[in-house]
Amino acid sequence: MSKIHVTTSVNGDPTEFLCDADETLLDALRDRLGMTGSKEGCGTGDCGACSVTVDGRLVCSCLMLGAEAEGREIGTIEGMAKGDQLHPLQRKFIEHAALQCGICTPGLLVAAKSLLENNPDPTEEETRYWLAGNLCRCTGYDKIIRAVLDAAQEMREAS
Amino acid sequence: MQYLAPTTVDEAVSLLAGASGDCRILAGGTDLLVRMRSDMADPDTVVDLKRIDALKQITPEDGGWRVGAAVSGAEMGEHEGLVADWPGVVEATNLIGSTQVQGRCTMAGNLCNASPAADSVPAMVAAGAVARVVGPNGTRVVPVEEIPTAPGRTSLEKGELIDAIILPERGVRSSDAYLRFIPRTEMDIAVVGCAVSLSLDEDGTCTAARVSLGAVAPTVLLVPAAAEALIGTKMNDAALDALAAACSAAAKPIDDKRGTVDFRVHVAGVLAKRAAVIARKRAGGAA
Repeated sequence: MSKIHVTTSVNGDPTEFLCDADETLLDALRDRLGMTGSKEGCGTGDCGACSVTVDGRLVCSCLMLGAEAEGREIGTIEGMAKGDQLHPLQRKFIEHAALQCGICTPGLLVAAKSLLENNPDPTEEETRYWLAGNLCRCTGYDKIIRAVLDAAQEMREAS
Repeated sequence: MQYLAPTTVDEAVSLLAGASGDCRILAGGTDLLVRMRSDMADPDTVVDLKRIDALKQITPEDGGWRVGAAVSGAEMGEHEGLVADWPGVVEATNLIGSTQVQGRCTMAGNLCNASPAADSVPAMVAAGAVARVVGPNGTRVVPVEEIPTAPGRTSLEKGELIDAIILPERGVRSSDAYLRFIPRTEMDIAVVGCAVSLSLDEDGTCTAARVSLGAVAPTVLLVPAAAEALIGTKMNDAALDALAAACSAAAKPIDDKRGTVDFRVHVAGVLAKRAAVIARKRAGGAA
């Protein structure tokens, strides 16, 4: 079976890959591009560990074909830190110990970044609803929510 | 598998009509990719609708709105005009899945997936929405309630696709609402869903209504007897009780892991009353 040639942008970098027609964007990112920050938890859109943005919109990369990425702008966890400088959300996740095993963390960070771009001053309730599609089986969520709200406050004060 | 991304509806129709084997339409993909993953679907061809510009648009049409088949739930929720006219349809669609799923899922896909528990479908049925079906023999307009025929089955013929859902003109003092019961607050499938759309006159008397139930029968139900319980009344307690009784009588659910028959029959009536009160308030009537 001949592969599909996809030209796209990942974290601002022009990117090309070859993928099978039935291959998900998550598999293309991980297996074709070696970008293994996006995780596969469930593979069925329930857990959010594979969260990326497509043209700025938060999606599960397991619920999208690699071929659908043609011409789109993809944002992944690999684009979050700037060199050695962590994004405020990443720093606050560490400060608040908002992770244990870490599998959900990339997806939660990408989803939380998307939240704060849409709503720089979310309530706790808004934060919990926005992140309802990101499952964490370790932390019990409280530390995650506190880290996101703390990062939001810091980012507001810095802007 | 072959992946095709046509850029016009005509091209999509000819691809569908000419495809051999199992050909599936990809709108948001939030159901299709799950089915492929779980080996419930193994298509030979997938036709992606998202490269067709017209299908990505929400367009005013005849006083109402034409929502393209590839418009996501999130895009509907961000459209002020659509939210103002049809808040119940938008809130129902926005209940589908997570923020991530909202970035992809579509009303047309929710309809064609033909789940009895689909959240947007009762709201579309109550709204009197129609599906614009295009196929090799031209275009036809079909009431939404006539699309699903059984769980997972639709009345679409080979080569046909829904290119838009059309919501009618929303008159004055009119609104809608959708409620579902789930045992948690988010990220679940309806145990019962109920949508009410209604119009009031200047005195607050209900002049028109449509009531629809989800997850209590093999397909989403339109319940004319429930609408009749409201029309001509000021929606006092007696009318709301009659509405609830009509909905409970129409519900023909099954027992499953999400709920029992008795529970669903009862909750169908409870949700109908609550949704009717919300729709009345939105229409400018008594709170």
